[in-house]
Amino acid sequence: MIFLRALGLVLLFLLANLLPANAAEADLRAIIAKFATTSNFSATEAVVRELAATGDPLVERPLAALAEGDLYVRKADSLVFVGKEGGDSVELLDPLSGEKSGEAAKSDITKIKVNNTLRRVIRDALGTLTLRAKEPAVRIAAAVTMFKTPDATNIEPLDAAIAAETDANVKVLFEQARAASVLVSDKPEADKLAAVALIGARGDRDALSLLTSVEANSQGAVKDAATAAIGTINSTLAFWDAGQNIWYGISLGSVLLLAAIGLAITFGVMGVINMAHGEMVMLGAYTTFVVQEVIRNSFPGLFDWSLVIALPLAFLVAALVGLAIERGVIRFLYGRPLETLLATWGVSLILQQAVRTIFGPTNQEVGNPSWMSGSFDVGQLAITWNRLWILVFSLCVFALLLYVMKRTPWGLQMRAVTANRRMAASMGIRTPWVDALTFALGSGIAGIAGVALSQIDNVSPNLGRGYIIDSFMVVVFGGVGNLWGTLVGAFSLGIVNKFLEPYAGAVLGKIVVLVLIILFIQKRPRGLFALKGRAVEA
Amino acid sequence: MVAVQSTSLGVWNMRGNFSTITKMVSAGIVAAGLLMSAQARAADDTIKVGILHSLSGTMAISETTLKDAMLMLIEEQNAKGGLLGKKLEAVVVDPASNWPLFAEKARELISKDKVAAVFGCWTSVSRKSVLPVFSELDNILFYPVQYEGEESERNVFYTGAAPNQQAIPAVDYLMSEDGGSVKRWVLEGTDYVYPRTTNKILEAYLKAKGVAAEDIMVNYTPFGFSDWQTEVSAIKKFGSAGKKTAVVSTVNGDANVPFYKELGNQGIKAEDIPVMAFSVGEEELAGLDTAPLVGHLAAWNYFESVDTPENKKFIADWHKFIKNDKRTTNDPMEAHYIGFNMWVKAVEKAGTTDPDKVIDAMIGVSVPNLTGGYSTMMPNHHITKPVLIGEIQADGQFETVSQTSGLVMGDEWSDYLPDSKDLISDWRAPLSCGNFNVATGKCGGKGTN
Repeated sequence: MIFLRALGLVLLFLLANLLPANAAEADLRAIIAKFATTSNFSATEAVVRELAATGDPLVERPLAALAEGDLYVRKADSLVFVGKEGGDSVELLDPLSGEKSGEAAKSDITKIKVNNTLRRVIRDALGTLTLRAKEPAVRIAAAVTMFKTPDATNIEPLDAAIAAETDANVKVLFEQARAASVLVSDKPEADKLAAVALIGARGDRDALSLLTSVEANSQGAVKDAATAAIGTINSTLAFWDAGQNIWYGISLGSVLLLAAIGLAITFGVMGVINMAHGEMVMLGAYTTFVVQEVIRNSFPGLFDWSLVIALPLAFLVAALVGLAIERGVIRFLYGRPLETLLATWGVSLILQQAVRTIFGPTNQEVGNPSWMSGSFDVGQLAITWNRLWILVFSLCVFALLLYVMKRTPWGLQMRAVTANRRMAASMGIRTPWVDALTFALGSGIAGIAGVALSQIDNVSPNLGRGYIIDSFMVVVFGGVGNLWGTLVGAFSLGIVNKFLEPYAGAVLGKIVVLVLIILFIQKRPRGLFALKGRAVEA
Repeated sequence: MVAVQSTSLGVWNMRGNFSTITKMVSAGIVAAGLLMSAQARAADDTIKVGILHSLSGTMAISETTLKDAMLMLIEEQNAKGGLLGKKLEAVVVDPASNWPLFAEKARELISKDKVAAVFGCWTSVSRKSVLPVFSELDNILFYPVQYEGEESERNVFYTGAAPNQQAIPAVDYLMSEDGGSVKRWVLEGTDYVYPRTTNKILEAYLKAKGVAAEDIMVNYTPFGFSDWQTEVSAIKKFGSAGKKTAVVSTVNGDANVPFYKELGNQGIKAEDIPVMAFSVGEEELAGLDTAPLVGHLAAWNYFESVDTPENKKFIADWHKFIKNDKRTTNDPMEAHYIGFNMWVKAVEKAGTTDPDKVIDAMIGVSVPNLTGGYSTMMPNHHITKPVLIGEIQADGQFETVSQTSGLVMGDEWSDYLPDSKDLISDWRAPLSCGNFNVATGKCGGKGTN
């Protein structure tokens, strides 16, 4: 310990001597050392501001570390370090140079606490410091932060940055950030009017937020200009809001479609009231969890592929369980819908409790692969990647299923058995096996739906419960026995739901949708796309 | 019973082999004697403690952990030599997240199993469903979960937080400079009694603090809600009015994971719009990647990360008991820890497990909590607790960023609701009333909802 400390001191001494130009560095170290004595957030904040005021790019490392909660004080000598956690010990790095300066047990160091307010202060400070960073992404981040936290003192560094900027996109952002700062400065009115015009042209929520506070805090021409700009932005945003509702509706529809599509086979095609359908979805989600656990423990490099690996496995697991249910229970109950309902309900409870016993009652963590995290903007519309992929995925599953049903011999046999069992049997189709495989197919599809739903929902034994009612609703509404009906039913329910939600609220919206469906079923008992023909009556 | 049967058998066999009869009779008597003494010993040697938590159905996710925590506490107490020289025996029943079944199971625990006290319930509706059973059969319920208040029963001890021990200090923190001087509020909740009452109290409180009505947005979603896109974008929209905005979330259980996932995906950062949650603990975060959520807040009376020797021991014991190092501890577990220790102390004080005497002995009992202080049972059957505000960290734990300077006493009847501001509760003689109206000077009236 003493040796290390001595070494540290020698290093410090050497550094200080080797780089004579950095008398400033010694000053920085003196400021950083103050972190050791701060006892509350406002004291820490004062030190952060002092560091930021030096304007030295060197302070980026300690400030970024502080924001991440990686800045530590060694209890023995009150020296401040950047720490990298690894197991029980923490690797200590010099706060300015980033060089290794030993290790410490967790109990020997104290973390410098940060909260949201402090993180915001640091983010703003870093914004100014990183305006000239090499990577455009960092500069963009700096521009975004500075736009959100306008300050008259930002104008000067921004002017310099704009002059030096070569990337046109970043330059625009810098100019907008400068305009935001101009609005809170004491620049002449003409400058402010130009700034309002510039920001108004940006037209997004951040611009709206900024202009609203400008409107409240200024007089005369600037206020009028701000009011006008707000009006324009609001009308554009209203247009985008409608687009947003449609997108949300489509996205909800894709989730409904995924949840219901397996049921469209077991209930829609085979006529089995399968209350254990939701549990097949749950089994698929748990398969994903197990796959991710194995990958995390043994092949961490494959994590981004975990969902792709989980898909066939989830299909197999759910299909096998489905096969077992059909062979073990349902085949004795064909033509007795009430008994089927009760039996499958019982099966669903057994499956839930089994999963609860094996994995425990708590939620399991299923991670999002990197390609399913975050969002991107289309105009003023933020589209999240996971929702987009789920939409694509649900349509793929639908297309695949349609292909199997319409273009393969197996699909033909399935449809034949459903249409007229005795005739199909007379033609040499082994109807019991077709039944079993159809049920397994429906269950398997529910399983792969579970892989997708694990990305947006809880992975808990109750996962399936949340989807069973919605699934039945979609299948019945779309028309029993018709895959296209399920597709149209899912998307129309999704969109209607999402259009109602902003006005009626989520609770009332759901009730209204239910009432509408009841009324619709009264009018058209067979749903949107009813199968026609004699076979249906049988 | 057995003795009578074999005797009559003996009489019926009188004409038969005499020695067989004697043998049978004597065997019967011996068996009966053994049985009776076994029963007598059972009654003498053990004190039964009822555990009424759902082990299946929707609430199993939260309540199973509490059942395990209770089993651990009872086991530890037995290792210490039991209570009043007797061993404690846990009687576990499963009300299966079914509210009426809670009442049935409570009746079964009290009448059939003759338990001395019951630890249980999670949702307010399950508590409301068992209240009549506990007052009719005169037994004790320890309720470990934060709740909406507006209740004080003679037979119930509330070891979770009342609104003033969680919601009000949380909002105070957000209004403070440290919390970001929030000016605009979204009250987001699941549609049932706890969020609705809490939000009613909070709305009244915020308005009393000078927040304009247009700066408060209240929204409810159904249980288990999973599609948060519209709600999150509404929050984003509400937050872009040029004033510092925060979300106060009473979203319950399962709906939280998709809520936070959507917040993360839509890029709402805690620095811009922090979310303060009252129902999100370590257990809920266990099912989440918390890296995008760092900085969002929760208000509780306990965090697993609290650095005290008591807490360290509790966590170590818990990991040993449950045989899993990854299982987290949470606030309701601490509430059971406090409640159970209080009950033990009160029974020792009263020298009996008779509910009436224990109820009287409970008031004033003080036991250590896990955050380095003492919690005391007040005359209104609520306890004193510190209030902690924590920020979510990347490792799924909370880091305390603010703590009340002293202990906060649970206030059962909120001062901010017109219906309840005149009511107080004091179960000591001579008042002995859970809803005493100080304005009219009468016990009863509004309040027993």
